[in-house]
Amino acid sequence: MIPEIGQFTLVVALCMAVAQATIPLVGAYKNNVNWMAVGRTAASGQFLFLLISFACLTYSFIVNDFSVLYVANNSNTSLPIHYRFSAVWGAHEGSLLLWVLALAVWGFAVALFSRSLPLDVIARVLSVMGMISIGFILFTLATSNPFDRLFPAAVEGRDLNPLLQDPGLVIHPPMLYMGYVGFSVAFAFAIAALISGKLDSAWVRWSRPWANIAWVFLTIGIALGSWWAYHELGWGGWWFWDPVENASFMPWLVGTALIHSLAVTEKRAAFKSWTVLLSILAFSLSLLGTFLVRSGVLVSVHSFANDPARGVYILAFLAVVVGGSLTLYAWRAAKFSSVGRFDVVSKETMLLINNVLLIVAMLTILIGTLYPLFLDALGLPKLSVGPPYFSAVFVPLMLPLVVLMGIGPIAKWRRVQIKDLAQNLKVLLILGVVLGIVLPLAIYRSTSVMTAVGIAAGAWAILTSLYAILRLLANRDHNTSLIKALGKIPRAMYGMMMAHFGIGIFIFGVVFTSAFSDQKEIAVRLGNSVELAGYTFTLQDVRGVQGPNYNAMRGYVKVEKNNSEVTMLYPEKRIYNVQRNPMTEAGIQSGLFRDLYVALGEPVSEQEWGFRVYYRPFVQWIWIGTLFMAIGGVLGATDRRYRARSKRTEQKVDNVSVPATS
Amino acid sequence: MIRFLLPAIMFLCLAGFLFVGLYKDPSLVPSPLIGKPIPTFAIATLKDPSKTITDKDLQGEIALINVWATWCPACKQEHDTLVHLSQQVGIPIYGLNYKETDKPGAIQWLQDYGDPYVFNLSDENGRIAIDFGVYGAPETFLIDAKGIIRYKHVGIMTPQIWQSQFVPIINQLENKVAQ
Repeated sequence: MIPEIGQFTLVVALCMAVAQATIPLVGAYKNNVNWMAVGRTAASGQFLFLLISFACLTYSFIVNDFSVLYVANNSNTSLPIHYRFSAVWGAHEGSLLLWVLALAVWGFAVALFSRSLPLDVIARVLSVMGMISIGFILFTLATSNPFDRLFPAAVEGRDLNPLLQDPGLVIHPPMLYMGYVGFSVAFAFAIAALISGKLDSAWVRWSRPWANIAWVFLTIGIALGSWWAYHELGWGGWWFWDPVENASFMPWLVGTALIHSLAVTEKRAAFKSWTVLLSILAFSLSLLGTFLVRSGVLVSVHSFANDPARGVYILAFLAVVVGGSLTLYAWRAAKFSSVGRFDVVSKETMLLINNVLLIVAMLTILIGTLYPLFLDALGLPKLSVGPPYFSAVFVPLMLPLVVLMGIGPIAKWRRVQIKDLAQNLKVLLILGVVLGIVLPLAIYRSTSVMTAVGIAAGAWAILTSLYAILRLLANRDHNTSLIKALGKIPRAMYGMMMAHFGIGIFIFGVVFTSAFSDQKEIAVRLGNSVELAGYTFTLQDVRGVQGPNYNAMRGYVKVEKNNSEVTMLYPEKRIYNVQRNPMTEAGIQSGLFRDLYVALGEPVSEQEWGFRVYYRPFVQWIWIGTLFMAIGGVLGATDRRYRARSKRTEQKVDNVSVPATS
Repeated sequence: MIRFLLPAIMFLCLAGFLFVGLYKDPSLVPSPLIGKPIPTFAIATLKDPSKTITDKDLQGEIALINVWATWCPACKQEHDTLVHLSQQVGIPIYGLNYKETDKPGAIQWLQDYGDPYVFNLSDENGRIAIDFGVYGAPETFLIDAKGIIRYKHVGIMTPQIWQSQFVPIINQLENKVAQ
């Protein structure tokens, strides 16, 4: 019964989406207030019914209803309860339902927080989001229904993929999907602007916080994914340039470009058509990512089952959404003339270069990811493009970006006096370079050119972001107190600096980890030790232990430094009862300055085990850095000017003819 | 106008590629070398660096060339099948130890898990693998008595794949010889 309710509510949600897509759009065209108002109601209804549908699937998992095919394939009676929740999105069908739900959450949020928007704008925006919903709910129902019954019911389920039985995977997909789908809001705003032909600074102010928040979700989602890979794959790596990782990274790069170009469009009324294009692009790449993951065109550890029917559907949908919106763009974008004029050396130019670099980076990743596919389609011998390609092209693009990142925030709009700027930043530049040379030598007594350059870039990012705040404090009126001056700095400014600071922290993590990591992979007899980076790892024992749904061999590893115990680590080699493939559960002790990482390999004999020990300096800084970026994004999105404006225009709700003011 | 049309055109090209890609199996890597003789080479073996092997040494019998390395987890999975093929089926298997990072470990591996290989080419820098068009490890080539590549399998060798993909080709080759 419950799965049928789930299926039924999914169909109702589809009807709601159809209403949401059509009625408000016609209303906006005919200037019919009542029709336009349907958008909010339909979006709320769609959200409610999808929530019920999702809850039904979750319930089926909790009560082990193996008469539902999807549950039987992805759960098991011995699966711990918290993983039964995350098993809902453990495979294609359920994760698609999560995708659709995320889209409805955004639609509902737009309906809820858009009281200050002119009704015709909100009608168009919600209508576009409704169209996307139709596509994806239809896709779910037609090709990937999670509520399909299995008759006769299975006695026992086939269990969740053991790789996904990890805390990181519980929250990684919801975060990532909220990010992916979040760009649909900026996308819908862009399409609405193209339809209406109106793009003023009010439009930007509405669209900006949404883009920011989507970017925050995507940042956290990607970071969690990388954290999961680090913990669960047992190779001590945090990023593999896997096609699916790239699929999430590409919208992130474009999203980053978008939140910067939105700033220019808001403040200077420049880059208008470019900003619209980026809004379309960010969401298009999210859709492309969905296609790549679910169609099986690329080989990846993350890929869902290969099914050409699904691939054809998503590709057709991609063609309609992306092709349609780009055609609309080609037709209408010329209307948006940018008025802001600026000099060659100005904040605008720097942000333009920022955008170009980010887009070029995205394109190199796109080409690298799809390279095997291109060659195959052209009938050429296939090759795969590995991490060396990505590192070789990506790093050189990021370096100038980081340099600019330090200068941009303190540069002036329109025209920059190079002399002033150089005066201000000379000291920081020298300090950064000195730190780049000295820090690696001081900590590790060795360095290389790349390391020095990398650390200098990280130091530069950190120093300049701190300096930008300090400069504002130093320039305050004589009669303002320090505390008051701190409070006067706009929250968006703090947000930007926090995010840039986070990038500096991130760079430190990446550079130190890649330059000074150490590792050993050898067979060790019980009771013997491995020396690594000054630590002694002793494999004291390996014993069999039993988990809720797996058997494991657990290593007892004592870690010592200078003859005093640092910690005990317990790496495991697990065999899950149902799916039988061995899983590596690394034993990790994380610290602010280094991680000690131990993984158990294969047994060589009774007494001897394959043993992998890794020393990973500063690796946690990678995730700490992304956390700073995310917090920065939240601060930026909640700046006073977005909140205050919504209060001020409260009374004008539902007034269709409100002219957008800047 | 044209510059605004550019993104749409670029997307159209991309969509075309994606469409074609849908009907290709990404794990199927056709080798342009099928029907061609194995590349010429001269290289040391894994166990005895002083011994040099050339492509001539691989000729004379229908045989397999198996690409493997200790860094390749999937190679471990197919190892038992290879041991079975060499001992029970009796087909000679030549190893191509590809970009090995741990040579002593590789020799140890063969001691611990059984050695299905007649000998192993020690292709440390992957030079020979390039000539063979190797895409990754594991890969298994089927060559005939004249050293001509007849089939290539990418991925793990299993008894099923052996039966369904290799045995028919081998039967064909043997029939030809018999005629």
